[in-house]
Amino acid sequence: MAEGLRPDPMPEEREATALSVRGDAGTLKLVSKATYFKEAALKNLFLACAFMAVAAVALIFVFVGYRGWPVFTEVGASNFLFGREWLPTQDLFGILPLFVGSIVVTIGALLLGTPLAVGAAVFLSEIAPPKVRSVVRPAIELLAGVPSVVYGFFGLLILRPIVADLTGGLGFGPLTAWIILAIMIVPTIATLTEDALQSIPNGIREASYAMGATTWQTISRVLLPAAKIGIVDAIILGMGRAIGETMAVLMVVGNAPGFFRGMGKPLSTLTSQIVMDMPYASGLHRTALFGMAIILFLVSMGLVLTVRLLSRFKEEGL
Amino acid sequence: MRDMKRITNAAALSVFWFAGLTTVVLLGAVILYVFVNGIGHINLAFIFTRPHGVNAEGGIWPMIVATLYVTGLAMLIVTPIAVLAAVYLAEYAVQGRLVRTIRFAADTLAGVPSIVMGLFGLAFFVEGLGIGFSVLSGALALSFLMLPIVMRTTEEAIRAVPKYIRWGSYGLGATKWQTVSRITIPAAMPRIITGIILATGRAVGETAVVIFTMGTMIFTPVLPTDPGRSMTVHLYQMAMEGINLPAAFGTALLLMVMILFFNLSARWLLRRNRRMQG
Repeated sequence: MAEGLRPDPMPEEREATALSVRGDAGTLKLVSKATYFKEAALKNLFLACAFMAVAAVALIFVFVGYRGWPVFTEVGASNFLFGREWLPTQDLFGILPLFVGSIVVTIGALLLGTPLAVGAAVFLSEIAPPKVRSVVRPAIELLAGVPSVVYGFFGLLILRPIVADLTGGLGFGPLTAWIILAIMIVPTIATLTEDALQSIPNGIREASYAMGATTWQTISRVLLPAAKIGIVDAIILGMGRAIGETMAVLMVVGNAPGFFRGMGKPLSTLTSQIVMDMPYASGLHRTALFGMAIILFLVSMGLVLTVRLLSRFKEEGL
Repeated sequence: MRDMKRITNAAALSVFWFAGLTTVVLLGAVILYVFVNGIGHINLAFIFTRPHGVNAEGGIWPMIVATLYVTGLAMLIVTPIAVLAAVYLAEYAVQGRLVRTIRFAADTLAGVPSIVMGLFGLAFFVEGLGIGFSVLSGALALSFLMLPIVMRTTEEAIRAVPKYIRWGSYGLGATKWQTVSRITIPAAMPRIITGIILATGRAVGETAVVIFTMGTMIFTPVLPTDPGRSMTVHLYQMAMEGINLPAAFGTALLLMVMILFFNLSARWLLRRNRRMQG
């Protein structure tokens, strides 16, 4: 108990509390035992609350994993992960085409969305007059709150007919999903990139201008390299959003569980197939859907881990 | 040479202006489209009556109730836990493996795709605990989604309270808990509420979580154990079936107005707070 009530060892965090005074002779108690135990109990209660986050992640992993586990034992991990055919009616549960579908949709969205988002962030941070910035930045933040089902609805009614004209067919397919996902991830990537640019000290900009560099030279040779890790972070988080996005993709991608055949040909992703199949799936089929969810969970966890490793690199100055 | 430099600069700058404007135009187009098509369908009858017929003509009152019910309940569940967790991280925690684990877990939780959260809610709350498709199952699953958001904003809010206010409290002989409960949390309150409102706004727009935990039945829930259909799920079904687009547009617009209201009130609260301090 006394161990836990020790003041924080970090210098800026160190605070003397009335509860205890640390001296060479150890801890001198200045309050009654009852108060002391109450304080300790509260602290442990708060710790328990904070630990809920860990418990939540563990619960998700255990419960989704538990439901999905039979697919790894009964179908076999390699048949499940690398099987080339998703035909639940014939007991074929290969998720490779769905996984490839998820990757195709995500990469296309990133290729379309990233340049736009980084460009918009540079514009906001370095070029826009303060008045423009003070309107545009909050607008982008507000738009980040538009629900994905509304984006899907917009994609279905507006983008799909346009894509249908371009590619033939009905317009359900990766191209429509790329465009709608690109629009959706722009606010995420743009706001995070702008934060990264804003955190660069002004002295660095001034030094560049003082040497006669133009705005473009300052941006391309000084600011973007300096914000490199922050931008990569932003792209990874945008990627997480794109790969996990369900409703918007589901509504425009066509949901045909085969390999990528063209920009305008229906496709399916891990997320969209789960929603399509879940209402009627039973037995091994249902198990396979939980197995897909656990794969998605591991992928998103891997992306979070990557961001953490990157920030450690940054601290070490690499 | 100097001309070259100037021309390149001007060209690059215009590309950035273009990127900035395109972003605004694209995002604005989505809002404008929903607004223009939806405004004609919104009236008192649409908001306050029940749907009827095979194509769900009429109002969307049950969906509005279900949406507000499930997000309100989720907010009530998540607020005490998330705020106390943030108090621990900001005031008590000693940097170390435990805190690193908690932060990593919170980040992971924030990144979990909503469909995974939906299947988890189905496996754990609906079937595992036997709560069934209900507002309560939906609220519990949504609270998992909101937990990391409220934790982070609350921790930032508490850390932003100046140290000397705390020192004053300790100087008067207050214990840590007295300082936290009567000084630090009240001082951070506006920003904490802002965080809670933002997280609730996100929960209102969530679809994949509630579709597998609250169900899709059109029903006006009264008890927490009643099923219901959220506005997002209703919009999804109307859009995919394509039989009642006016209702879909009306629902989409109401949904956006609700979320905009949440986000703008959070902003307003933050600005008012800043003005009072400054």
